[in-house]
Parts: sequence; structure tokens; C-alpha cells
Amino acid sequence: MAKCLECDADIILDDTVEEGEIVDCPDCGTEFEVKATSPATLAYAPKEEEDWGE
Amino acid sequence: MKLGVLCSIVRVEEKLIFDALRRRGVDFVKIDDRELIIDLHRRRYDVDLVLERSVNHSRALHTLKVLNDRGVRTINTWEVANTCGDKLLTTNALVAHDVPTPRTLVAYTAESALKAIDQLGYPVVLKPAVGSWGRLLARVNDRYAAEALLEHKETLGSYHHSTFYIQEFVQKPGRDIRSFVVGDRTICAIYRYSDHWITNTARGGRAQNCPVTNELDEVSVRAANAVGGGVVAIDLFETPSGLQVNEVNYTMEFRNSITVTGVEIHERLVDYVVAVGQETDRRSLGGGWSAGKQAVGVGPHV
Repeated sequence: MAKCLECDADIILDDTVEEGEIVDCPDCGTEFEVKATSPATLAYAPKEEEDWGE
Repeated sequence: MKLGVLCSIVRVEEKLIFDALRRRGVDFVKIDDRELIIDLHRRRYDVDLVLERSVNHSRALHTLKVLNDRGVRTINTWEVANTCGDKLLTTNALVAHDVPTPRTLVAYTAESALKAIDQLGYPVVLKPAVGSWGRLLARVNDRYAAEALLEHKETLGSYHHSTFYIQEFVQKPGRDIRSFVVGDRTICAIYRYSDHWITNTARGGRAQNCPVTNELDEVSVRAANAVGGGVVAIDLFETPSGLQVNEVNYTMEFRNSITVTGVEIHERLVDYVVAVGQETDRRSLGGGWSAGKQAVGVGPHV
């Protein structure tokens, strides 16, 4: 469980969450990156860059 | 085998790959390119094989070059990333290997680009040579639009937007095809349906299973080999004269394709990684990498 940095809503992280994964706040939709899993630590997700892709 | 997985943000695909690696007991470390410090003076590195899964093309490209130059095998190689990451080089490779692909012209000034567009005939598609997920593609329907777009690109774009990649517009039957090549075979394919002329699933295209016919397999594998082989995703158009290869992707995304095809693409990818790893000689430790605290799984940092 972590708190949304934008609206303070609870964000539930399941057991399979990975560091580096992007999660959404269920209330406000803001995207966060999981920086650590124990304890759960979130940071604002990086913005898409011009050379992102596949 | 000591495997490194180069990545930054972790997408659904990376989670599936990590899970498959762990279930098979593969010793791997996650290398977060945002924390990576590359010592160019080091000659050896503490990994035998690196699976490249970075969302950043420029970071992937440079890292693969450093690794390959020091004898570390990578999936895919720098040559593949370099070719696939640049549409001009991709088309050049496809043409060199007689792989069918839409007619494409390249020009370096707005004036010559206009002449090139006139040669192809309207509509045409302008694409940045480097770019993904359907970003900044432009369907140009007439000369007025072409003049405006070229002026905007020259004025507002960075320098690489002044290399004009101009492709004939291929009328599609409301869909295109994405095939997935692992090694020497096409493991599955999807149709990407969209009412829009851009069919990328990243842009809302809907995926449905596409049977892998002999023609699709043959053209896909030839396209993969043209860019250097490995694990790649091929985008194809259906035309009256047969399949044409539009693009080749070297860090393929496949989250929308597993359910519809019934093929566990991440498992086939890991099969390939393990096979390559098994034929790779174990290298001595060199410690040229500093990957911070991001190591995942069992084993030392790279």
C-alpha cells in the first residue's frame, strides 16, 4: 500500500509489483513509478521522451 | 550464464520476462539504464549476455555498442538496433535484401522533398527517421499540406526532422499485420485493426489473431534476417502484389498479442535467451559496470 503523491488516495500494490513499474492512482489517474517495494515508495512517473518506443 | 536485462521503466513485457526467467532459475540482474555508469576504459564486463529491453532507443543503442565491442553478446545486437531504430536504414536494409517494402524516397531540403513527393504522387506518408509508437507520422494529401508540413518541420523540428523520409501511402484494408520473429521462425502474428490510417496498438489499434501462413513466415524471417536477425517484430501491409514490410522493431512490445494469439511470446523469447546463453562461453569477471542498487534476482551486479 502506498499513498498517491497528488491526491493522497491509497494505491494498492500487489505482490508481483516490480521496482521500475508504472502504476496509476485509482482516484486521480496520476502515474507513478515504483521506486522501492519494501517499504512501498512511489515517485512521479518519467515523462515520455522522443526516443521512447520499441 | 550470467544474464543482464537492460531496461528503464518496467512495462508489462519486462514483468512477464522477469517472471519467466525466475521460474526457470536463470541467474540475471536488472540493469537500470538510468543508474548505469559505463566505464569506457574497461575491457571486460561481468555479464555473459544482455537482453536489451530499454524503452530509450539512444541508451539502448550506445550500451549495445559498448557491450558488443567488448565481446558481450546481446539480444539484439547493436547492428540490429541501429538498423531498426532508423527507418531510413531499415528500408535500406530491406531493399538490399530484396524484401518487399513500400517505395520510399529520402530528401534533405524542403525543396527536394517536395519534388520527391511529386514523384511518388499524393498521398504520401512523412515519418521521422527515428521514432516509434506512431508519433509524428503525417499523411500528406496534397501539395498545400506538404508545403506547410515541410516548413514546420524545418523550422520547428530538431535537425533529424530535416531528413525527410517519404513513403508511398499504402491503402490498407482497415488493418495491418504485426508478426513476431524469434530466431529463425515466426512464432505468431496479429492483425491490427483501426479506423484510423495509423494502426499501432499504442494508438488504439485492436489486435486479432493472424494465422502465420507460409508467405507471412517467409517474408517475416527474411525481413528479420535483413536487419541482422534475433528477436524482432515485423509490421507488414497486405497489398494486391503480396505482403510488404513496413518497419522492423527491435525491442518489441507484445502485451496485446499474447491472449489473441494464444502464444506465450515472453516464454518463446526466454527460450531464445536461454539457448543463446547456453552457447555463450562464460567470461571472467571484469566489473566494468555500476548498476546501483537495481539488481534483481540472484547473482552479482554487472
